[in-house]
Amino acid sequence: MTLHPSHDPGIWVGAALTLCIFSFLYRDNPFYKFAEHLFVGVSAGYLIILSYWTVIDSNLVQPLGLAFHGTGTKTANAGMWAASQGDYRGWLLVPAVFGVLLFTRLLPKIGWMSRLALALIIGVYAGIKTTGFAQGDFVAQVQASLQPLWKAGDPAFGINAIVFTVGLITSLLFFFFSREHKGALGVASRVGIGFLMVGFGAGYGYTVMSRISLLIGRLQFLLENWLGLR
Amino acid sequence: MWLATWLSNLDRRWLFLVMGVLVLEPLLFPLSLPLRVTPPVHGFAAAIDSVPAGSTVLMSCDYDPASIPELVPMTRTAFRHLLSRRCKIVITCLWSGGPGLVDSVTSEVAREFPDRRYGVDWVNLGYKSGNEAVMVLMGQGIRNVFPRDFRGNAVATLPIMRSVRDYTSFPLLVNISAGYPGTKEWVQQVQARFHLPMVAGVTAVSAPEFYPYLQSHQLRGMLGGMAGAAEYEVARGEKGTASKGMDAQSLGHLFVALCIVVGNVVSFLQRRRS
Repeated sequence: MTLHPSHDPGIWVGAALTLCIFSFLYRDNPFYKFAEHLFVGVSAGYLIILSYWTVIDSNLVQPLGLAFHGTGTKTANAGMWAASQGDYRGWLLVPAVFGVLLFTRLLPKIGWMSRLALALIIGVYAGIKTTGFAQGDFVAQVQASLQPLWKAGDPAFGINAIVFTVGLITSLLFFFFSREHKGALGVASRVGIGFLMVGFGAGYGYTVMSRISLLIGRLQFLLENWLGLR
Repeated sequence: MWLATWLSNLDRRWLFLVMGVLVLEPLLFPLSLPLRVTPPVHGFAAAIDSVPAGSTVLMSCDYDPASIPELVPMTRTAFRHLLSRRCKIVITCLWSGGPGLVDSVTSEVAREFPDRRYGVDWVNLGYKSGNEAVMVLMGQGIRNVFPRDFRGNAVATLPIMRSVRDYTSFPLLVNISAGYPGTKEWVQQVQARFHLPMVAGVTAVSAPEFYPYLQSHQLRGMLGGMAGAAEYEVARGEKGTASKGMDAQSLGHLFVALCIVVGNVVSFLQRRRS
């Protein structure tokens, strides 16, 4: 196994910052603070620039520029207001105005105007999320929960289905708070707790895997990309 | 009892050190522990295998550099898998930190296929803010939402986009996701609404949340964390960074399990003494 250190300055900067972050494992120190602050600043700057060039410029500034020339993104129609699906022309001024209204929070006297834009955003997203949840989660999951408890020639399917159904019902009963958890309801809710604990345990195991993966990724970067161990 | 007292007062930095050594050692000297391909991973690979050769697949890479160890191996293998099946790939990103990273990963893999060209066989449409709103709008036309790709080209001029209108242009959605917006939102807004078949590769921390979607067949297959990525590499006969990291992963897990057992024994002994 020999060392072939990288000649790329970017890799060296990445390695140095990784070691700065790792130094926190010993104790809080200025190197860690420097890397942390650098990360926050660079991330914020990157997001602003990226959002401008990939969203505001390409979806608002350029189409509006074309609209002012009367051509639009689809050249079949002429006119600033001759909108069609995907070619919104001068009507893009409406979302542009709402976007600008968000910044009125910086001026206390007219700060209330930002609530108009916020109301629009909240309303749209509430609608989108409600229908998405109803279609994707509620209906589909209830439908998938209704399954036969037995299939001829496949005992494993039956066992799985019974365990699933018992887990589903007892877990739901645990969240039934209109009656004291005593007697049959108490037994069922305790069984439900058992199923929930298994779920939490699986979640914890996966979380450990995720965190160790991050460490592995950084060590692979240091060993392979930076030191070039081969 | 002295052992229990000593363990309860142990400086946590010793645990960090042991964990570091346990993870580092197999990266330097691999143990080659066996790895079995599980049904969700089989489902993921089978869904891509079932896509007709030459079709255009939508691949949404919703992550940023924080998830490189888990999600980049998945992206690499899935992209290679799709190119080897002569599929065309339209890539989108709903995480701001993603497009540059994804562009470098896909360009690196594409070099293995010298006859494939950017804009003809694959395109990176880049980042768009708006989360679920972007997903819904894409159903009315991909080009309306992404007028320019990540490299600044007008999307309408790219040959690959001539046959792409909306979700009906794709036989499969491959989503690689680190959280919100990601797999849950694609299932809710696109799979359920537009009935687009879907597979997902997700971070381990979010994987348990998506098993119900597998059970309900809303997801055809799933890769969960580095283990899922490693199994996918094994299923494809590749030796990537995820497979290389699994020995370290196993030792790390053993150590965490040992810490939990010892911690509980110490706690039990102390409670009995008091």
